[in-house]
Amino acid sequence: MDYLLTEEQQMIKDLCHQIAEEKIKPVAAEYDEKNEFPWPLVKVFAESDICGVYIPEEYGGLGGGVFEMAIAAEELSWGCGGIALAFAATGLGTYPILLFGNDDQKKRYLPDIASGKKLAAFCITEAEAGSDAGGIKTTATKDGDHYILNGIKQWITNGGEAEVYTVVAMTNKAKGARGASAFIVDKDTPGVSFGKKEDKLGIRGSATREVIFTDVRVPKENLLGKEGLGFIVAMKTFDHSRPGVAAQALGIAQRALDESVQYAHERRQFNRTISSFQGIQFMLADMAIQIEASRALIYSAARMIDSGAKNVAKVSAISKTFASDTAMKVTIDAVQIFGGYGYMKEYPVEKLMRDAKITQIYEGTNQVQRGVIASALIKEGLAKKRV
Amino acid sequence: MKIIVLIKQVPDTTDVRIDPATNTLQREGVKSIINPFDMYAIEEAIRIKERLEGSEVVVVSMGPPQAAEALREAISMGCDQGILVSDRKFAGSDTWATSYTLSQAIRKIGDYGIIFCGKQASDGDTAQVGPGVSMHLGIPQVTYVKKIEKVDSGSATVERMTEEGYDIIETPVPVVITVVKEINEPRLPSLKGKMRSKKAEIPVWTAEDLKCEDEKIGLDGSPTRVLKVFTPAPREGGRILEGEPEEAAKELAGLIKEVVVG
Repeated sequence: MDYLLTEEQQMIKDLCHQIAEEKIKPVAAEYDEKNEFPWPLVKVFAESDICGVYIPEEYGGLGGGVFEMAIAAEELSWGCGGIALAFAATGLGTYPILLFGNDDQKKRYLPDIASGKKLAAFCITEAEAGSDAGGIKTTATKDGDHYILNGIKQWITNGGEAEVYTVVAMTNKAKGARGASAFIVDKDTPGVSFGKKEDKLGIRGSATREVIFTDVRVPKENLLGKEGLGFIVAMKTFDHSRPGVAAQALGIAQRALDESVQYAHERRQFNRTISSFQGIQFMLADMAIQIEASRALIYSAARMIDSGAKNVAKVSAISKTFASDTAMKVTIDAVQIFGGYGYMKEYPVEKLMRDAKITQIYEGTNQVQRGVIASALIKEGLAKKRV
Repeated sequence: MKIIVLIKQVPDTTDVRIDPATNTLQREGVKSIINPFDMYAIEEAIRIKERLEGSEVVVVSMGPPQAAEALREAISMGCDQGILVSDRKFAGSDTWATSYTLSQAIRKIGDYGIIFCGKQASDGDTAQVGPGVSMHLGIPQVTYVKKIEKVDSGSATVERMTEEGYDIIETPVPVVITVVKEINEPRLPSLKGKMRSKKAEIPVWTAEDLKCEDEKIGLDGSPTRVLKVFTPAPREGGRILEGEPEEAAKELAGLIKEVVVG
């Protein structure tokens, strides 16, 4: 389908696909096995100017938005959903600065992120606070010109590798959700340390780690927005980042379809290719239908968000939920089409299935997404009733 | 100082099919690419530019108008300027006439230091144009270079690959260097480079612009005459001599006598 990309957007898509094909695909299985961070590929992203596609030109980026981030995430994830996260999770860590940072904060942090010199990470999840962000225990206590952060963040993508951390912590516990604030914390600030590196089912070419704050003194210039805005920062960030997760899922799903079509064309049983069997043909067709629908949905949601529309939580959640559920289903079908070979690590599709699973879980489980969608629906319904 | 890269646009050989009726290459619809060996030359030139302050990379191709695409790709990787050497009069040039024409272009560019080429083109496979350019310009050449150790505006130290190992060679600059694939890993284009390359103006230099002598260019200026292009007959299958080693050896000796002595 032709999505009428601008010349620049087409360039981003083509170049990211070239990176995926030539640089990521050949090494994806190795990073998956070794559970290592793909620094050489981060260098490739940086040299190709990919890191700043969603950052304004005045801060060293290419001036795109969620749409550009999504097409880059999609194509890089076609190569490897884990390795692509060095880019995509940096987007998640950067959006709080893009959305709520003042000019000084943007000037200090965005150019290095746009050039790929620094990666970013977003720190909200804790052992007892994930879907329920209200359970955050990390505190930020004001002390003169500083805030002192204490607490442990868990499962932080790019943890330990990123230089820039955007952190949600409680400045006033008594106020509950309204007592949270967001901060930018540099990796080299005394008191910042990193816990164990997780051994994961999928996206093993990415780093997932505890980030520990022990009496970390953060200058008040690094507070994002105002005190008490922490949850708003988080929610608005997710509104902008979820199409990125959706795009990651889309890239994984597209790869699963591409691999399946090729395999079905090569694999012979009963003296003919398995692509000649209607049972396989229908599976391939169903995969294609869902993938194209995901793409149309993600691109539309991203364009709507970039247009400056308000109340984008619902479309953002819809795109994330549909694309990630699609990725899971499509990758399971890909393994089925490959049969016994699909179950073997020698072939690429079992990894796609492992990588797809996380997209239904992180940046809000798909159950939380459905909650977001339903509450928007109910709100909209009530508004109509009043008219 | 200018670092010059000479590149050639060639058909993507991974894509080439033979027409079963005529036994010739089906060129229609075949993608054109930069000669793969030239990609290493481009990469090395950009790396040296990044090291050597005040230097710039000029990429030159001699070919039909569509070769401008190859120059744009080189610019998207980081070359500063592209020049297309193109004229109907150049048609039919052999390696001698081509290297003469390119040397005229290099003279016109001026202030050149290192002139990089891939070790050979993937279509013609002659490996003659690089050395030819050095002869026309009257400057040294080092072929099959796998590493540039040191370079400044006056001299360079390089490693030339040989069958047994490598030679370390110090050469004055200007010099023509042809490179092998061991020298580096070519980078991908960058987005900013791609955008710059889209807008880049690529001047087209003709025989007149280059003050070429008519008898040295094109088919007339080419001492090489291609008499015939043909596919060599496939080698016939061998014979396996079976049986006891002693008897087989005897039979083999007999066969050798027959063939060699007659």
